[in-house]
Amino acid sequence: MNLTLHVWRQQNARTPGRFVTYEAHDISPDMSFLEMLDVVNERLIEGGEDPIAFDHDCREGICGTCGVVVNGRPHGPRERTTACQLHMRSFADGDSITIEPWRAKAFPVLKDLIVDRGALDRIIAAGGFISAPIGSAPDANAIPVRKVLAELSMDAAACIGCGACVAACPNASAMLFTAAKVSHLGLLPQGQPERFDRVRAMVAQMDAEAFGSCTNHEECEAACPKGITVETIGRMNADYVMASLTVGRRAARLGDSGGG
Amino acid sequence: MNLDPKVPSGPLAEKWSKTKFDYKLVNPSNKRKYSVIMVGSGLAGAGGAASLAELGYYVKCFCYQDSPRRAHSIAAQGGINAAKNYHNDGDSVWRLFYDTVKGGDFRAREANVYRLAEVSNSIIDQCAALGVPFAREYGGLLDNRSFGGAQVSRTFYARGQTGQQLLLGAYQALERQIGRGQVQMFTRHEMQELIVVDGRARGIVVRDMVTGAVETHLADAVCLATGGYGNVYFLSTYAKGCNGTAIWRAYKKGAGFANPCFTQIHPTCIPVTGEHQSKLTLMSESLRNDGRIWVPKKQGDTRAPGDVPEDERDYYLERKYPSYGNLAPRDISSRAAKQVCDEGRGVGATGLGVYLDFAESIGRLGEDTIREKYGNLFEMYERITAEDPYTVPMRIFPATHYTMGGLWVDYNLQSSIPGLFVLGEANFSDHGANRLGASALMQGLADGYFVIPYTMGDYLARTKQAPLAADHPDVRAAEAAVAGRTQRLLGIKGKRTVTSFHRALGRIMWEHCGMARNAADLKAGLAKIPPLREEFWRNVTVPGSGDEINQSLEMAGRVADFLELGELIIRDALERDESCGCHFREEHQTPDGEALRDDQRFTHVAVWEYQGDAATPVRHQEALTYENIQLATRSYK
Repeated sequence: MNLTLHVWRQQNARTPGRFVTYEAHDISPDMSFLEMLDVVNERLIEGGEDPIAFDHDCREGICGTCGVVVNGRPHGPRERTTACQLHMRSFADGDSITIEPWRAKAFPVLKDLIVDRGALDRIIAAGGFISAPIGSAPDANAIPVRKVLAELSMDAAACIGCGACVAACPNASAMLFTAAKVSHLGLLPQGQPERFDRVRAMVAQMDAEAFGSCTNHEECEAACPKGITVETIGRMNADYVMASLTVGRRAARLGDSGGG
Repeated sequence: MNLDPKVPSGPLAEKWSKTKFDYKLVNPSNKRKYSVIMVGSGLAGAGGAASLAELGYYVKCFCYQDSPRRAHSIAAQGGINAAKNYHNDGDSVWRLFYDTVKGGDFRAREANVYRLAEVSNSIIDQCAALGVPFAREYGGLLDNRSFGGAQVSRTFYARGQTGQQLLLGAYQALERQIGRGQVQMFTRHEMQELIVVDGRARGIVVRDMVTGAVETHLADAVCLATGGYGNVYFLSTYAKGCNGTAIWRAYKKGAGFANPCFTQIHPTCIPVTGEHQSKLTLMSESLRNDGRIWVPKKQGDTRAPGDVPEDERDYYLERKYPSYGNLAPRDISSRAAKQVCDEGRGVGATGLGVYLDFAESIGRLGEDTIREKYGNLFEMYERITAEDPYTVPMRIFPATHYTMGGLWVDYNLQSSIPGLFVLGEANFSDHGANRLGASALMQGLADGYFVIPYTMGDYLARTKQAPLAADHPDVRAAEAAVAGRTQRLLGIKGKRTVTSFHRALGRIMWEHCGMARNAADLKAGLAKIPPLREEFWRNVTVPGSGDEINQSLEMAGRVADFLELGELIIRDALERDESCGCHFREEHQTPDGEALRDDQRFTHVAVWEYQGDAATPVRHQEALTYENIQLATRSYK
């Protein structure tokens, strides 16, 4: 099949970007979306041009590295599918495809389709963990976990940190990402001691980054390639309220460090 | 080359406890005076960086990805082994140890493997404490499943995303230390050179992949946890960025490279569809618990799988290995798949595929149960192939998946360069000639959480080192080498892309040094690599400049190293004139086609020492002594 691509090209963070049009010929429906870009890039390089820079790594939908906005949708048209797992059979011969980087103030563009998502790591560093130094653990079966809680926790832990939720949100909010981690750890018995310190510290960091607020559009859930639901946001909000009622004074004394 | 394995004396089961007591300790208040570099942020790297930082050492951690959470440990699906015996089915540390040595076809170091089995239980405890949402039974206790090469259920898992969840646990522990300022994290930085001063590893030179800046980082010791080198085959289940550059730079600085030809081909991957293919996707080995592998009995049978009657199907693993059946180890299953395809009984458009069929287990357990166990894997398969594995059998084929070879390390995980430690898949230590399923995660975390914190302390406590000046001639020389290499790659301005060279190399490796090897093919392969490498350095094209994000340049540097490493793999395969585990030399097989070891000549680790680009490397041997188990012919029949 033959396609027309409109691709965002931007030299670096300091230079303004623009759309450039490319023709992609002889694309096989069995190619992944990223393999289609590989083919375009090989031809660009052979023609002496700079290839389109895009982030990718595992190409099996789990590392969370890839992520582009395809025709206005993060990761493209297929539900619960990362760009690397999207195949060209989802498109038709003659289609025009617009490809952009994640658009969010907190994710500055580094080059073409590559953005800096370091803000997500900083939210985790602020409190998205359980403080269990290596060697300190009791026998794993000493603390039984209700199966349903383990399953719900796993649902939230499936987040791959790709940032599609931020890109989809009209406010560029990172609520779904943050709430997924708050849920993952807060649902487990091991996560209880730091539960309320954690939510306060993570939300504080989220606010300190350039993310917007949540106004319940739920675009994040629709864009999430791993099916993380907005229930996690409900849980996070509940924990946050509870935190301000129960541990406010103590958390303040700890300097919102999450006790870490 | 000093290849003293430093295996402690005493009974096997007491070696590790005794050694931990014998290690010198660093006083808690002195730990902060030491700095350690960790390259890589997978299970071994993130786990090691976090645990060293928890002890109080100052750690600098580097990864090429944009976040440490993305290291390729994340893609491991099936599970992690431990000898908990929670299921009362006869498991023990000894059995896990024995299975691992046997699975590796008796080519691993006893003491290392025993320690691995010994700490396996602590790993599960630690991961549960860190919040890894392992699969649970209704009573709230941990669930297990079976994996290849074992007859007990000892594999812990988190759906089909076990690697992801274990890595997130380690990543979160690492982020906690980053938040405390105990670890400084450098993302999008790629190691380009190792700095060795007075025979000791003292730092690394890295390229900042965003600005292109060449930076030097000095420390009291360096750890490499940079994973395997399977991307030398181009098509593999590795992430696209996985590379051998860090270990190859260390090799060229004097670190021994052990058993490079031990490369694992995983039996259950989604087959290649065409020339555009950029990588291969694994379907977890856990699927073999409930899936049955078969091909038609007849050659060239093009009927749809559903139209092939039961008595015209060959469930060849069940037929050949009745006691392990579909759970035969990876090397054996892969070779069996190759055999039936070579016989013209392969399925799919290319004939390079076999069926993995769930019809029987869906009939027995119901679709819901299968969906609960493997839902995400089935979904992944459907995304890639547009076929529904609930109704049509999966088509699978072997693909490069893991490298048991790697930098040589002693019992303390120290390479032949003092001060350079190697963790996880990057070292050669525990899996011999074949790794069993669910053992990679175990080894990565064992090395990172439970071995390096002890061995590093001993090294630092015993080593007096003066601070190193940033303008030391050896440091300057390493920086100049990196800058020079980058300029050279950019300056060739030839006609052929980096990827086309990589594909060509991969094809040579797969055809000449794949699932079955023989002297003639290996020699032919060995002859094909130097001309390709020569053409690379004359005719590669790398657009753009060195002072910006330049993915072609990044790949060019990695492929340049693969073009050298590939040659060493073939050389090693040629010299190892026996069959063992993954390394199947057609000249050496039993009448029924099984690997035939030559224990007399090859019960050793082959360790290669670099002699300069123009010279042939020297092959050393570390003899393997088995004091506790008897070498036997591996049988899974």
